[in-house]
Order: sequence, then C-alpha cells, then structure tokens
Amino acid sequence: MFAWMGNILRVNLTAGTVVAEPLNKEYAEKFIGARGLGTKYFVEEVDASVDPLSPENKIVFMTGPLTGTFAGSAGRYNVVTKGPLNGTIAASNSGGTFGPELKYAGWDGIIFEGRSPNPVYLWIHNNEVKLCPADELWGQDVYAATDLLKAATDEEAKVACIGPAGENLVKFACIMNEYHRAAGRSGVGAVMGSKNLKAIVVRGTGSVMVKDPQAFIEAAKDARRKLHEHPVTGEGLGAYGTNILVNILNEHGGLPVKNFSEAAVFPNAEKISGEYQAEKYLVRNKGCFGCCIGCGRVTDIPKGPFKSAGEGPEYEATWTFGSNLNIDDFEAICKANFLCNELGLDPITLGGTIACATEMMEKGIIPRTAAPLRWGDGAVLVDMVTKTAYREGFGDELAEGSYRLAEKYGYPEYSMTAKKQEMPAYDPRGQQGIGLNYATSNRGGCHVRGYMTSPEVLGIPEKVDPDATEGKAALLKAFQDLTGLVDSAGVCLFVTFAIGLPEIAAQLRTATGLDISDDEYYQVGDRIWNLERLFNLRAGFSKQDDTLPPRLLNEPMKDGPHKGRVVELDVMLPEYYSLRGWDEEGVPTPEKLQELGLA
Amino acid sequence: MRVKVKLFATFRKGRFRERDMELNEDCTVGWVIDHLRIPRKELGVVFLNGLAANADEVLKEGDTLSIFPMVGGG
Repeated sequence: MFAWMGNILRVNLTAGTVVAEPLNKEYAEKFIGARGLGTKYFVEEVDASVDPLSPENKIVFMTGPLTGTFAGSAGRYNVVTKGPLNGTIAASNSGGTFGPELKYAGWDGIIFEGRSPNPVYLWIHNNEVKLCPADELWGQDVYAATDLLKAATDEEAKVACIGPAGENLVKFACIMNEYHRAAGRSGVGAVMGSKNLKAIVVRGTGSVMVKDPQAFIEAAKDARRKLHEHPVTGEGLGAYGTNILVNILNEHGGLPVKNFSEAAVFPNAEKISGEYQAEKYLVRNKGCFGCCIGCGRVTDIPKGPFKSAGEGPEYEATWTFGSNLNIDDFEAICKANFLCNELGLDPITLGGTIACATEMMEKGIIPRTAAPLRWGDGAVLVDMVTKTAYREGFGDELAEGSYRLAEKYGYPEYSMTAKKQEMPAYDPRGQQGIGLNYATSNRGGCHVRGYMTSPEVLGIPEKVDPDATEGKAALLKAFQDLTGLVDSAGVCLFVTFAIGLPEIAAQLRTATGLDISDDEYYQVGDRIWNLERLFNLRAGFSKQDDTLPPRLLNEPMKDGPHKGRVVELDVMLPEYYSLRGWDEEGVPTPEKLQELGLA
Repeated sequence: MRVKVKLFATFRKGRFRERDMELNEDCTVGWVIDHLRIPRKELGVVFLNGLAANADEVLKEGDTLSIFPMVGGG
C-alpha cells in the first residue's frame, strides 16, 4: 500500500496485549483514513448501545493517507469513539506532529479495547510497542506528564495524553498532544481515563511512501501555492489566528452573548479580538506539521493576576470565555484557556456550561450558595476551570456538561446544546445555515462538520444571504460531505478556505494510487456521514434529536442586524432529509445505502 | 452627514481602527473604500449596519460601515 502504512495496532488493555494487524484495504479504499476509516473500524466492532465509559467501548486513533506527507497542512489525526458527553459517534480531530510521528513509526492507527486494571501508557518506538505502568503519571497535568514521558522514553517522542480532567471522567475532557494541541470535543479524554490509559508516546524514524512521487509533489506544490496565495491561508490566519473572527462575527451580529440570551453583539468585542491579541500579547505564530498556514498563537501574559503563557486562545475559546460569559478581560480568557490545555478540558463545552449555570443562577434556579458565578467575572472563571477538572465543589456539577446540569435543576432548555453538546461561537438566528448544521451534526453542537459561516458571513467561496433558508440544505450537504473527505485525508480543514475537491483528490490519488474520480472521492464524505448517522440511530437518536434549544427556535433575536429572527428549522430540515436520501424520519433509505455501498 | 467607518485586520495598517467621517449626501460605500485607498481586489466582506453591502449602495446619516479584508477561522 502507498500513503497508508498498511498496519494497525490493536491494544487490549484488559489483557495487556498488543497485536499488529494488517490494515483492512477494503475499508481504507472506501473510507480513506482518519475520521472515515476510524469510524468504519469502530462501528464494525462496537455495539451502538455501549456505555461510553465502560470497557466495552473502544477508542480508535487513526491517521489519514496524507498525514505526514508533503501535502499542504497534513498533520492531522482523528480519535473515534462513542462520546460520553452525549452518546453520539465522536470523531475528534487534532493537529501538531503526533499523527505524522505515528505513521513514521509504521502505523496507520491504534485500536484500544477493554480497560487496564492499573494506569498505563503505550510506548511505540517504531515496531517495538509495549504497555508501560503509569501509576506515577496519574494525577499529573498535561505539561508535566508530557515532560516526564519524554524523559522516560525519548526526548524526540511525541506524546498524546490526558490530564486530570480525563482521569476524573469529566464528560468533556480532551486528549492533548504536544502540550497544546487537542482532540478537543465530545469527551474523548474521559474515554481514555475510563480505560486507565494515560498516554500514547510515539517515536518513529521511518517515512511515508507515495505511489507516484513526481505527480504527488506536483499536486502538493499546487495545493501549497494556492494556500500561500490566498489571503486567508496565506496571510490572515498567520497574522491574526482564528480569533480574527471576533470582530467580524460581532459586526455581523452573530457573536453569542450571555448563553445566547441577548442580542449577539458584544460592546467590548475589540478588547477580546484577534487584532487586540496580535497587538498586545502575541509572541509569534506557530504551525502544525508541514503547515503553510500557521494559525497557532504563542501568547504571553507577562504580569498581573493572570500572568501565564501558552498557546491560543482560538476564536472558540475566546468567545466561550469572553462574550458568552460577558467577560472582556482578555488576560483572564487566556489564563482560563491555558488551564484548559494543562488540565485537558474542552473550552467550548466548559464555557457553555458555566454560561448555562450563570444564567440559571441569575434566574434563581441554582442557589447562590452553590458557587459565586456572575456575568463578567474573570477570576471566578479561572477558578471554575480548575474546580471542574478536579470535580471540586460546584465543579463536580459543571463536569457533567450543561445539559445534565440544566436537566438536574429542571430546566434543560437553558442548555445551549444540540444533541446535548454545546454549540460553538455563532448564534444561528443570524445564520440559518449554521443552525441547520448544528441540528444535523452527527456529534451534536459543532461548527466543523459543515462550516456554513464561511459562505454566510465570510463570503468564502462566495457570499450568500445568512437570513435566507432557500438553498441552505443543499449548500450544507456539500460542506458536510467535503469536510468528511478532508477529515479523512489527514489534512487540516482550514485548507478549504483556499482549495477544494480537485486539489484534495489530486493529492490523494497520486499519493495512494486509488485511481477514482473526483466525484467518487467526494462521495466518500456522503458515505461517512451516513455511516455516522446509522450508528447514532442504533444508539437511540432519532428525528426528535435533530433540533435546537427552544430559545433559538422561538425567541427572536433581541437586537442587531438580525433582530426578530429565529432559526427556521422546520423549513430547512425536510429538504435536507430529502437531499440526503433519507425518509421523513431521517432514516437513510435502502436505495441510499445501496448507492453508498453501505447496504 | 456623519457615518461611522470601522476597519479591521490588515486594513488598519496606515489607516485607523474607527472614525466618524463627514461625507457628502449620496456618498456610496464604494466611494469610501476608494477614498481610503483600499484596493477592491483585497476586499473581503463589507457590512453596512451589519448586513452585507455592495459598493454602489448609498450611505445615510448614522450608518455604520465595517470593512474587512478576506478573513477566515473557525
């Protein structure tokens, strides 16, 4: 095989065994890699009704065929499991250099099964692979554990690990690799914690062979040239990072404020913006493996109560700890974000949960004695990050996510979630398409399954009316399907600001030798989407779950450019089902499954 | 008439962040962009009071005009 390494590791943590097995070529050719291939392995092996934190759940780490190659921004891997936050299929994506290193060690992916009786880590040194005791690492934060593991193995090794949040089964714990990069969403870190698996350490000294080196280099150079020449990937993201979005979403009137309870316009947006970050705190930008974009932020808060340093914050963390909590203190936001990296927490869900709790406290639903939550208090935010990771005091309730928290107090409608996962930084009342995306996303509230903000707000590839419902179902399906392919190839989704299907397919074709048409590569995304959907249906999800919090469907936007709008989901959803080839209940038809080779 | 003009990202370099501009009646979005010497090919999104605007739209008293280069994130 070319581009694929052709080998998978199967680790049974209950028995303490590690077995190498050949990559399933049929799976690879139909699902490509990373998110798609990991999902295929997972759904074939795991019953959809499994308790996510039980030994019967598995967790799959999978790279893509382009991961670790010269392809543009090809540093990605995916973690696939049944997520403990909401019970959907979870595919969480991360960059850095961990994925490439795994391939250089000779492996496309790893499947973890069972539960270790004691804390362990997996040490992969090319084809020497063993489980090692991690008793002394248990309890260590991400930074300390990473340092200790590198010292114990190889300073050049790459480490993916959990922090205290994962160990304590916080429902939205991340897996962190190389200190600052995260497989961030859906609680994949808690699944590692439930298995007593602290870390994966990998050192690889091999290389990735491609089918047609000359043609591949040409295809990759073409992609890289376009990434370099495009203003977003060639200049904007490197200069300002993802946080450039604060101002544009605010001007658009779509930056959620106070748990989506107010008009989506934050008066102090400038003080938390990417421009402000670049001017005041940015040390330098940083890229993942082979990246020509470099959106990463190395940030320093040199003094004051929130003195700290680290990477980020990204737009999502800035929003969730910023306007969503009515906080305009960028230093507090940075500190909270760095703590999330250190302790292994997903900022989107954490901020959403604190916002939900704050609103319920303001309304008198949660007693004031529970925690000193109030809008706009950065010090309380920072304190709650640590308390959540260690499940201390009210942090134990926050650690369950906003849906369980709000339900416990009898008001689930204050949880700003889709399928019980917190929505990110775009009020869908100002963007009909992103509303449809949230409602239909296979992992619940998420922006990177079908990033409709790109056409609806940013005008990429071309501007569409954000308030219109017409045409949104078709456009969203196209975004979701292309994203599935990109996530499976092993390249960063951000490349799609500059390149599309022809460039992705050309790199895949020349690297793997899988000589199928662009349309057939595109269909891979549709196939993955339906495979994920089938798993969720078997797990008990239905049409009733393809929805949004009542606030977004019934309470008109209070002010701003989209004043008076709600999400017109009832208009868009039937068309979406129809375009997907699903029946009126949102179930893929036999004909659709036949077409995709899923029957 | 007075119109609030806001610039973002790279468009601030050598210009300004926010300014109330005194403009003639019938002044268009495009006139402001050209007056600020922002190359049209570098334009990303232009919002007039938060809604996407074309260059030929005519401004009125109290408008807010927000001018962005092409930006992306997520």
